[in-house]
Amino acid sequence: MTTTIDLDAPAREPTFVGVSAGRRMKNAGATALVGLAFLIALVPLIWVVYSVLANGAGAVLNSQWWSQSLNGLLARQQGGGAYHAIIGTLFQGLVCAAIATPIGIMVAVYLVEYGGRSRLARATTFMVDILTGVPSIVAALFIYAVWISIFGLGRSALAVSLALVLLMVPVVVRSSEEMLRIVPDDLREASYALGVPKWKTIVKVVIPTALSGMLTGVVLALARVMGETAPVLILVAYAPYINFNIFEGNMASLPLLMTVERNNPTDAGSYRVWGAAITLILIITLFQLLAAFLSKVTAPKTK
Amino acid sequence: MTDPTVAASLAGPGDPGDRRGGSASAVPATTAPAAEPAPSLLKAGRRTGAQQGDRIFRGFATGSGAFMVALIGAIGLFLLIQAVPSLLANKGNFLTGRTFEAGDPNNLNFGILELSFVTVEVSIFALVLAMPVGLGIALFLTQYAPRRVARPFAYLVDLLAAVPSIIFGLWGAFVLAPAILPIAEFLNEHLGWFFLFQEGNVPLARGANVFTAGIVLAVMILPIITAISREVFERTPRAQIEAALALGATKWEVVRTTVLPFGRAGYISASMLGLGRALGETIALMIILAATPAMFSGSLFDGGATFASMIALSFAELNNNLSAGAFIAAGLVLFVLTFVVNAAARLIIARSGAKA
Amino acid sequence: MKLQRHGVVLAIAAAGALLLSACGSDPSTTVGGNSSAAANSPAVDCSGKKSLNAEGSSAQKNAMDVFTQAYQAKCQDANIAYNPTGSGAGIKQFTAGLVDFGGSDSALKESEAEAAAARCQGNPAWNLPLVFGPVAIAYNLDGVDTLTLDGETAAKIFNGTIKTWNDPAIAALNSGVNLPSTPINVVFRSDESGTTDNFQKYLEAASKGAWTQGDGKKFNGGVGSGAEKSAGVAQAVAGAPGSITYVELAYAQDNKLGMAQIDNGAGAVALNDETVGKAIEAAKIKGTGNDLALDLKSVYGTTAAGEYPLILATYEVVCSKGYDVDTAKAVKAFLTVAATDGQANLSEAGYAKLPAAFQQKLLTSIQAIGSGGQ
Repeated sequence: MTTTIDLDAPAREPTFVGVSAGRRMKNAGATALVGLAFLIALVPLIWVVYSVLANGAGAVLNSQWWSQSLNGLLARQQGGGAYHAIIGTLFQGLVCAAIATPIGIMVAVYLVEYGGRSRLARATTFMVDILTGVPSIVAALFIYAVWISIFGLGRSALAVSLALVLLMVPVVVRSSEEMLRIVPDDLREASYALGVPKWKTIVKVVIPTALSGMLTGVVLALARVMGETAPVLILVAYAPYINFNIFEGNMASLPLLMTVERNNPTDAGSYRVWGAAITLILIITLFQLLAAFLSKVTAPKTK
Repeated sequence: MTDPTVAASLAGPGDPGDRRGGSASAVPATTAPAAEPAPSLLKAGRRTGAQQGDRIFRGFATGSGAFMVALIGAIGLFLLIQAVPSLLANKGNFLTGRTFEAGDPNNLNFGILELSFVTVEVSIFALVLAMPVGLGIALFLTQYAPRRVARPFAYLVDLLAAVPSIIFGLWGAFVLAPAILPIAEFLNEHLGWFFLFQEGNVPLARGANVFTAGIVLAVMILPIITAISREVFERTPRAQIEAALALGATKWEVVRTTVLPFGRAGYISASMLGLGRALGETIALMIILAATPAMFSGSLFDGGATFASMIALSFAELNNNLSAGAFIAAGLVLFVLTFVVNAAARLIIARSGAKA
Repeated sequence: MKLQRHGVVLAIAAAGALLLSACGSDPSTTVGGNSSAAANSPAVDCSGKKSLNAEGSSAQKNAMDVFTQAYQAKCQDANIAYNPTGSGAGIKQFTAGLVDFGGSDSALKESEAEAAAARCQGNPAWNLPLVFGPVAIAYNLDGVDTLTLDGETAAKIFNGTIKTWNDPAIAALNSGVNLPSTPINVVFRSDESGTTDNFQKYLEAASKGAWTQGDGKKFNGGVGSGAEKSAGVAQAVAGAPGSITYVELAYAQDNKLGMAQIDNGAGAVALNDETVGKAIEAAKIKGTGNDLALDLKSVYGTTAAGEYPLILATYEVVCSKGYDVDTAKAVKAFLTVAATDGQANLSEAGYAKLPAAFQQKLLTSIQAIGSGGQ
C-alpha cells in the first residue's frame, strides 16, 4: 500500500532520477480532481439532509406526531401526526417482505444448489438482473393491469405490497445468493457423508449458516422499497385516518402523505410534508442499523 | 431506490461477505457445487423418502427460478394485453405522435415521441454529469483514500441511495432550483446560441426544466455508478499495480495504465445501469418538471414530461380501461427501453467478467 | 446457540409490533369557530348509522373536512369517511353501492343516471350542488394591484393570442393601470382536473367565440407551462412575476396572488362572498323537482351586474329513496349539518357560503331523501 516512491530510501538521493515536473503536475492534478469528485458527492447529501431537517424538525419533535393521525383535521389546522402513515408504510413493507423473502430465498437456493450452469439457471440470473432494473412505475402498472383491470379488484394496500414484491425479490435473490455461495462446501460434504439427503442439508445446514447474511439482505431490501412512491400513487388511495386492513380501503403511507400534503399550501401542509420526509429517512436509517445489528448478533460464531 | 449492489455494500462490517474479501455480485462465483451424496450409499428405505423430499424441494426451488423468468414475460405480456385495445383505438400515431391525449376514452390521440425526447435528454444529461464524478469517487475510494477511511466514506456515498426519490424531488424543486437559477441564467445568456442552452419552452425563473431535473437525477444515479465501479476497480490485479510502481510510475500513471484499462468495461456497464435507473425515475421528475404544450426544442431549459413522470401525473384519477391502456402502452415502451439498457449493461459485465 | 440467536430476532420483531400497535390514535378534534345555525334550520336526527362512506371529487375535499367536523360536533359518535379519489371514481363507487353517496364535479350524465337509479332500487339519484368553489384568475405582476379581464380577453390570454401584458385588449379594460410590456406566462394544471374542465367551459361560454379549444379535464390552450395540482400552479405563479393562472380561491389567497376582476359586460366584478353568492342564486336549475343539477352555462355566460361567474360546483350524488332506514337517517343528518352548521367555517377553507335562498332549496331536497320505496 506504499504510495510514495522514496519511502524506504535512507539516502538523500532519490532511488529514481527525479520525476519530471510535467508528470508530477499531472499526478497532483489527478489527485486533486479525484478528491474533488468525492467532495462533490457530499454536497447534495449534506444539502438534502440539511433541507429536510431544517424544514421538518419542528414536526417530528412533537410527540403527537408519532401517536396520532391526521383524521378530522382541516388543511390549515396544526396538530395531528403521521402515525397512520407510519403504520401504512410498515404494514405494506412487512407484507411485501413476507411474500418476497421466501420467493427470493428459494430462487437463490435454486441458483446456488440446483441450477449449476443449466440454461434455466442462466436465464433466471439474467431475468433477476433485468427485474432489478424495472422502474417502480412499470411494476405498479403491471400490478394495476393484472389486479385492477383484469381481476377487477379494488385499489388496496395489498396491491401496493405486491408491486413492492417485484422490486424487492431481485434484491433478496442477489444478497441471499452471495451468502449461500460463501457457505463452505466442507459443510455440505460433511452432511452428505452422514447420509443426510440434499434438501435436508440445505434446510438444516446451508441456510442456517447463511441466515444471518440473508436476514441482513432482507432488511436492507425492505428499507429500500419502503421509500417507493410510484406504486402507492397508482395502487392505493390516501386516507387521513388509521387503517389496519390491508385488503381493502384506503391506507396512508409516508410517501403518499407527502404527495397529498404537497397540495396543501398552508404552513400546516409544509410542516406535514417535511415532517414525513424526516420520518421516512429515520425509518429507513433505523432499518439499516437494524440490518447491521442483526448481522452482528446472528453471525455464526467462528470458534 | 433499489439496487442490489449498493444494498450489498451497505451491509456493514459485520457482513460475512466482507470477511472473505467481498465477492462482487456482478460476477458469478466460481465455487463448484458440492457433489451430491451417492444414492447407492443409502439404505433403500430411506432413499425413497429422501428422494421424494429432494424431488419436492428441488421442484420448489426450480419452480421459483422459472417463476422469475416467467415474471418478466408476464410483465411484458400483461402490459401488452392492456395496451392493445387502446392502441387500436388510438387516432394518432403511437410512435411519432407528439401529443398525449388520453383522458377521453372515445377520442384517444396519443404518441410517445415527445416523451422519448425528454426522457432521453434528461437521462443522458444526468449521465454526462454523473459519469466523471462517479469515476472520480470510485478511484478515490479504491486507490487514493487510506484504507481506514475508505469504508466509512463509501458508506456516505451509498447513503445517497437510501434517500427516497420523493425527497430528492422536493429538494430539487424547492431548494436546488432557486439556488442554481443564476447558473442557468448565465448559461442561457452567454451560450444561448448553442441549442442546449437556448431559450426553453417554460419560463427559466421557474427552474422546472431538464437542467434542474438532470442535476437531481445525476445525484440519484451517482451511488449506483460508484458502487459497481468501485467493486471492479478493487479487483485490479495487485501484481499489475506493483509492476507499474516498480517502473517508477506516479500514482496517476498507475491508475491510468492498470486500474482504468482493467476496470473500463465494468465502469461502462455501471454507467449503463445508472442510465437504466434514470430512464425509469418517476416521482422526482414528476415534482420538478413543468408540463408544457410547446414542442421540445432540445434545450436544457425546456420543460416536458418523461414516460414515468407523465404516467404518475395522470394515472391517479383514471377510471376507464381505455385511458389507462394508453398510459400502460407508454409504460410498456419504458419497460422495453430499460430492458434493453439493462440487458446491454449485464452483457458487458458478463463478458468482462469472463475475461478477467 | 442458534435458537438463541434467532430468538433475539423474533423478540425484536415482536417488541416492535407490540410497540407500534399499542399507541396511536386518531386525534379527537374540536370544532373551531362558533357554529351559527340558520334560524330556520331543520332538526338533525343523529340516530342513523354511525359511520358513513363517501367518495369522489377532490375539489370538495377540504369542504368535506369542515362538514365532518361540524357533523361530529352535532352527532357525537358519528363519523364519515370521504375519500377524494376523483369524480369518476366517486360515481362508479356510488353506482356499485360501495359508498353511501358520491361527490362529483359534474351532474350525472344520462347513462350514469340510469345506472345510479338501479343502485337506488329503481329510484332516481339526485344531484345536490352542496359545495361551491370560486375559481380565481390569479396573477403575479409587479405594480399591478387590480386587473380587470373579460371572458374574451381571458380566453385570448389562455390560448396564446394575447402574448404581452400591455396588449391593447387588456389595456382597454384597465385604463389608468400601468401595464408592463413583459410577456405573459400562462401556468396551467398539468394533471387532469375538474377545475381545468370548469375553467374551459367558462371560457367557452363567455369568450364570444374566442375560445375554440373546447373543454375537458386537460388544459387545451396550447400555451404556457404546467404545474401539478392547485398548490403547484399557485406556487409557480408566486415564484415567477408575469405569470397568470386559474386556481381555487384558497390557493390564490395563501400565495398572496392578485385576483383579476371579471367584467361580464356590466362592469368589473371582484371575487368575494357577495358576488359569488349572487351568481349561485342566479344559477338555473336544469334538474327536475328535488334534483338540483345546475346549468352552469347560465352562470358562466351571465351578463347581470355584480355576479362573479367563474365558480366550480361540486355535487353530492344521493339516492332519492332506496337507502335502508339507518343509512337514510345518517345521510340526511350529515347533509343537513353540512348545509347549515357546516357553512360557518367554509370561507376559511376557500369555498363560498351558500346564499340563504339556495340553502333552503337544498334543505328541502335533503329532507325529501327517504328510505325503502320501490
